[in-house]
Amino acid sequence: MTAVAVGDLRKSYGGHEALRGISFEIREGEVFSLLGPNGAGKTTTIEILEGYRHRDGGEVSVLGVDPARASNAWRGRIGVVLQSSAMYETLTVRESLALFAGYHERPRPVDEVVSVVGLEEKKDSLVRKLSGGQRRRLDFGLALVGDPELIFLDEPTTGFDPAARRNAWQTIRSLRELGKTILLTTHYLDEAEQLADRVAVLRDGRIVATGTPADLTRTPATEIRYRENGQEVVVRTETPTRVLAELTARAADEGRELEGLEVRRPSLEEVYLELTE
Amino acid sequence: MTLFVHELRGQLKLYRRSKELAFFTFLLPLLLFVLIGSQYGNDKIGGVRGADFLEAGMIGYGLVSTAFAGLAIFLVIRRESGILKRVRGTPLPASTYLAAVLVSTLIAFVLNSACLIVIGRGAFDVPFPERWFSLVLTLFLGAAAFAALGLAMTVIVRSAEGASATVNAIYLPMVFISGSFFSPHSFPPYLRAIANVLPLTYFIKLTRDVMLHGQQVWDNWDDVAVVAAWGVFGAIVAIWRFRWEPAER
Repeated sequence: MTAVAVGDLRKSYGGHEALRGISFEIREGEVFSLLGPNGAGKTTTIEILEGYRHRDGGEVSVLGVDPARASNAWRGRIGVVLQSSAMYETLTVRESLALFAGYHERPRPVDEVVSVVGLEEKKDSLVRKLSGGQRRRLDFGLALVGDPELIFLDEPTTGFDPAARRNAWQTIRSLRELGKTILLTTHYLDEAEQLADRVAVLRDGRIVATGTPADLTRTPATEIRYRENGQEVVVRTETPTRVLAELTARAADEGRELEGLEVRRPSLEEVYLELTE
Repeated sequence: MTLFVHELRGQLKLYRRSKELAFFTFLLPLLLFVLIGSQYGNDKIGGVRGADFLEAGMIGYGLVSTAFAGLAIFLVIRRESGILKRVRGTPLPASTYLAAVLVSTLIAFVLNSACLIVIGRGAFDVPFPERWFSLVLTLFLGAAAFAALGLAMTVIVRSAEGASATVNAIYLPMVFISGSFFSPHSFPPYLRAIANVLPLTYFIKLTRDVMLHGQQVWDNWDDVAVVAAWGVFGAIVAIWRFRWEPAER
């Protein structure tokens, strides 16, 4: 089943084309990541899907509904974590969750949500006393308390230190274990690699690559480098084992050394940089 | 209805816990009433005792500080921080949210007026008002009109940092010029000309007529019309331009 379908989505701000016709699908229960540098169109895309912004063209279906004509009932089926985690600072964690739980017909029990996001020890603390990482976890909790089918996470760990990021990742994995479909935007490659089933790389309003994180690194060939007669030779190949066997066999036959021999696969980082620069 | 009650409870809790709102919009009018009343409470102003005259003016001050200034400031802060955007992303209908915010503001204002009346009685021997029904109608009219203007004010103020400054720059002079603390009759003509168009002037006049002169709301249609017209103007601006999302930066 398809949770989100996007076809030829377009959006301009003034003269600037933020989205130049992007298409992708997200299946139910999948963690899908929109990966790209700042300004690539990630937030524009996710906010159109959340129903906050209107598109200029293309087709969008989120849980079978066009978000431009969203009803309150539809809003109850999605959970939204925005880039900024604005909350009522003078409520406690439990009070915040209880307030937002009350907006939904069948909310999850507040205490259960508190433990899913790991805030048991902070449940009676005021929001303004929470650390950045704890606020983010409450943010996840507020998105989760209505028991949505689909959760949008817009750059959930931007500005976090490594420990807080790993914590947030753990929380996102637990959302996934609850069977939620998740759309995650990020400009961190390792985040997409760690969390996503499939990734779409966005650049200047276009999707430049889609696939599993492994697909994305597989596509470009393995690089074999060595020096011959003082000149550097670079071979790119899809079948590195065979090429290498031939090369080394020949060199061994001729009784010479392949100088500076190096075999490497580009990291996802390099692929990403190549795609987005 | 249960959703509305749920949200109203939440809004009242938020109101109680906000120290800034509690002090500047709720306690300050009570404090100033005691201070100014002690100064000229026994003088005669326009044929009535100073304290009696002042009490009606302070109800006007309380109205503007709770329903107009307080409402506008906290809504701008919530909008610019992104809280309103978050609320819009939930199944809570926008109308239910706004209704709860407005009713919580009305409750704060009516409580504020009740406190002023009790303080007036206890500290300055101001008799309890006799035209209860007319007074309640007057307070509701004022609350509706100034809350609409408060919503319109959020359209003008673009940043959370500027919210208090901009709103104070408008409402504090208005409170003086409209005669909350003194009789506008002693003002120079140009100030009186400004006073003659301000809605608070007419609200205070209406309140004084009801509280001090035993009149009814329906004896003063002209005052009612001016206050209501300003309220309609505010409502139109608010419906036209009220925003739920922070300004683009």
